[in-house]
Amino acid sequence: MQYVDDYRNSDRIRILVQAIRKEAVHPWQIMEICGGQTHTIARYRIEEMLPPTLGILHGPGCPVCVTPESIIDHALEIAARPEVIFTSFGDMMRVPGSHTDLLHLKACGADVRMLYSPLDALVLAENHPEKEVVFFAIGFETTAPVHLMALKEAERKGLKNFSLLCSLFAVPPAIEMILSQPDHKIDGFLIAGHVCAITGNEAYHAPATRYRRPMIVTGFEPVDILYGIYKCIRQLERKEARVENAYKRAVAENGNPEARQLMEEALEPVGREWRGIGLIPASGFALREIFSAYNAEKKFPYKGQTKTHASAVKGEKHCIAGEIMKGNKQVSDCRYFATACNPQQPFGAPMVSAEGVCAAYYHYQ
Amino acid sequence: MEMNCPIPYMDTDCVLLGHGSGGRLSHQLIRDIFYPAFRNPLLEQDHDGCVFPVEAGRLAYSTDSFVVNPVFFPGGNIGDLAINGTVNDLACCGAAPLYLTAGFILEEGLPLTDLQRIVKSMQTAAETAGVKIAAGDTKVVERGKCDKIFINTSGIGIVPEGVNIAPSRVAPGDSVICSGDIGVHGIAILSARESLGFETNLKSDTAALNKMIAQLVQSIREVHVLRDPTRGGVGTTLNEIAASANVAIELNEASLPVPEPVRAASEILGLDPLFIANEGIVLLILPEKYADEALSILRRFPEGANARPIGQVLTTGKALVKLKTIYGNNRIVSMLAGDQLPRIC
Repeated sequence: MQYVDDYRNSDRIRILVQAIRKEAVHPWQIMEICGGQTHTIARYRIEEMLPPTLGILHGPGCPVCVTPESIIDHALEIAARPEVIFTSFGDMMRVPGSHTDLLHLKACGADVRMLYSPLDALVLAENHPEKEVVFFAIGFETTAPVHLMALKEAERKGLKNFSLLCSLFAVPPAIEMILSQPDHKIDGFLIAGHVCAITGNEAYHAPATRYRRPMIVTGFEPVDILYGIYKCIRQLERKEARVENAYKRAVAENGNPEARQLMEEALEPVGREWRGIGLIPASGFALREIFSAYNAEKKFPYKGQTKTHASAVKGEKHCIAGEIMKGNKQVSDCRYFATACNPQQPFGAPMVSAEGVCAAYYHYQ
Repeated sequence: MEMNCPIPYMDTDCVLLGHGSGGRLSHQLIRDIFYPAFRNPLLEQDHDGCVFPVEAGRLAYSTDSFVVNPVFFPGGNIGDLAINGTVNDLACCGAAPLYLTAGFILEEGLPLTDLQRIVKSMQTAAETAGVKIAAGDTKVVERGKCDKIFINTSGIGIVPEGVNIAPSRVAPGDSVICSGDIGVHGIAILSARESLGFETNLKSDTAALNKMIAQLVQSIREVHVLRDPTRGGVGTTLNEIAASANVAIELNEASLPVPEPVRAASEILGLDPLFIANEGIVLLILPEKYADEALSILRRFPEGANARPIGQVLTTGKALVKLKTIYGNNRIVSMLAGDQLPRIC
C-alpha cells in the first residue's frame, strides 16, 4: 500500500496545489479522459483544491458508459440462451439495454456471472465443456490485451466453448472528434495513463500539434492528477502544446510492445457507436477474421428478437451525458441530476457505472 | 449415476428429503445432531415450543436469517454467524440475550458432517455468548432449491432498568466510536469465493459482543445508540442512524480503523471499506464526555482492543453522513444503490 499512499500524501498534495495556484494566471478548461481519473477527482474533491479560474471537464473514458445499447441488447440475447454461461465485469451488470439489464436477466434464471478477469471465464469454460462461456469484453486499449490473452490461452488449450463479445474502444479518435467540434471549450487534456502504458504516446502527438492542445499523460491517484494538471497549466501559460508524460513510473514512450503486437495480431479498427455521443470512425476494435471462432458476435448472431420498443431507461431522452463527455456541459447543468436521475433510476449509463461521471459525482457530492 | 440405492436410509451420510418429513429420519437428526449440541431443559420440554418464566421488565426481540456463501470461510462458518448475529442484534438493543431459536433450511444432499460441524460451531458460539437454544425447526428442500444451508435465528433478551438505546436520543455533539477494524468479514468472505482467485490472511471477525456491550451500558447509561454494522457496512449503518435521528454525522477519514489487508483488497477490487460487511464490531454514539470512558471499557475486551473514535454528530445540517478527508475537505458518504460493484479499469 505504500506505493499508493505515496501518491495520496497530503504534503505532496499541498505542494502541488500551491504550485498550480502560482502557475495559473489565466482561466483554463482541462478535460480528463479516463473514468478512473473522474472517480479520483470526485472522490478526493480535487476541483475544490484548484483556483476557481480552472475548470475540469470530464471526458468519455468510461467504457461501461459508452458501450452502445445495441451491444448490450446483443449481450442480453446471448445471456438468455440456455446453453450459455455469460460472464462480465461487475460494472456492466446493471447497465440497461433497450429492455432490461444483465442483473434482471440473472434474476429471471439466466446463468450470468460477475468475474474480475476474462481468465476466470476461461477456467469456467474448461470446467463446463457442455456449456458455451461468453465473456463481455469491454474496455479501452487498457483492457483489450487482457481479453486477448484469454483468447490466446483458449486457442492454446483448444477450447471451443469460449468466446468474447467485444465492445472495445480506442481513445485517440474520440479526442479528435471532441476537438473537431467547432465550439468546444477544452484548452488541454489529461490523457489516460493506463491506455498509454499499453499504446505508448505516439498517437497523441499529431492531435496535440494540429489542435494546439497540451496532452499530459496522467496517472490516477490524487498526486498524479494534480501533477498532470500542473504540467498542463504550465504549457498553457507558456502557449505550448505538446505531449508530456507525467506518469513516467508506468508509461514508456512506446508503451508495451508485446501488448501492442497482440492487439495488432488479433484486432482491427472499426467504426464504433459511443452511447450518448454517436458513431466515431475507427474508434473501436473488432476481432480479426482469423479469430471468428472466438467471436461471440459471429458465433451467436444478433436476431433482435428480445428487443422491445419500451425503453428500460425511461429518461434517456433527457440524458445530457453525451454533451458532458464531449466537454460541452457539466454535471451541474443537468436538471435531473440526483433528483429524477439517480443510481436507483438512472437516465443514462454514467449514473450506473462506478466510473461514470454522474455516479462519481452522485456518490461524492 | 447409479440409481439403485442399496444403502439403508439410516446410514446415509448426507441430508435426505426424509430428514425434513417429521418422521423417523427427522427424529434421528434431532437425536444425533441437534440435541447433543443444544441440550438444555427448555429444549427437552419436547413440545411445539417451550415455556419459561420471565422477570418483570422489558424484553428485546430480534430475528435474522443467514445465507452466506461459502458456508465455511476463514474465521468461521454460517453457524457462528447465525448465533453471533442475533446475539449482537439483541445486545445492540441494550439487552442481555437469553434464548435463541434456530430454524434450518437444508438442501438435500448436504453432507451430515458439514451439518454437524456447523451445529457444533453454533453450540460453541452459544456457550461463549451465554445463550441457550430454546426451540428449533428443520426443513429440507430438494437439491438446487436452496444453497446447502440457510439458518434463521431469533432471540429474546432482557433490557436492564435504565438502559435506553434509541436513535432518537442521538444529539448534536455526540461522539461516534467504532469498536474495531472495518471491513474484515466482507473481505474474508470475498477471498473465500472460488471465482475471485485472490487470497488474504484475513479471518472473519465474527464474534459475540454482548459481554462487552453489557459492561458498557452498565457503566454508561448515556449510550444513545449501539449498532453492529453488518450488511452495508459502517457507511450504510451511519446513514440509517443519521436519517432516523435527523442529524448530520461527520467521520474523520484519518481515524477510520481500516487494516492494511482490507485497504489493499479494496484497492484491487474497487470497493469502499465503509460499505464492506462486518460481523464483530459495534458502532456507538454517546455524549462526548463519556467517550474516553467508553473507549477504556471497550479496550478491556479482545473484540474492542482496537476501539477508537471515528467521528462526531454535528450541531447543524440536514440528515447525512460526511467524511472529512485526509486533505481536510469533505465528501458525502451516501447509501449504496445496490451491492458494491467493482471498478474495471
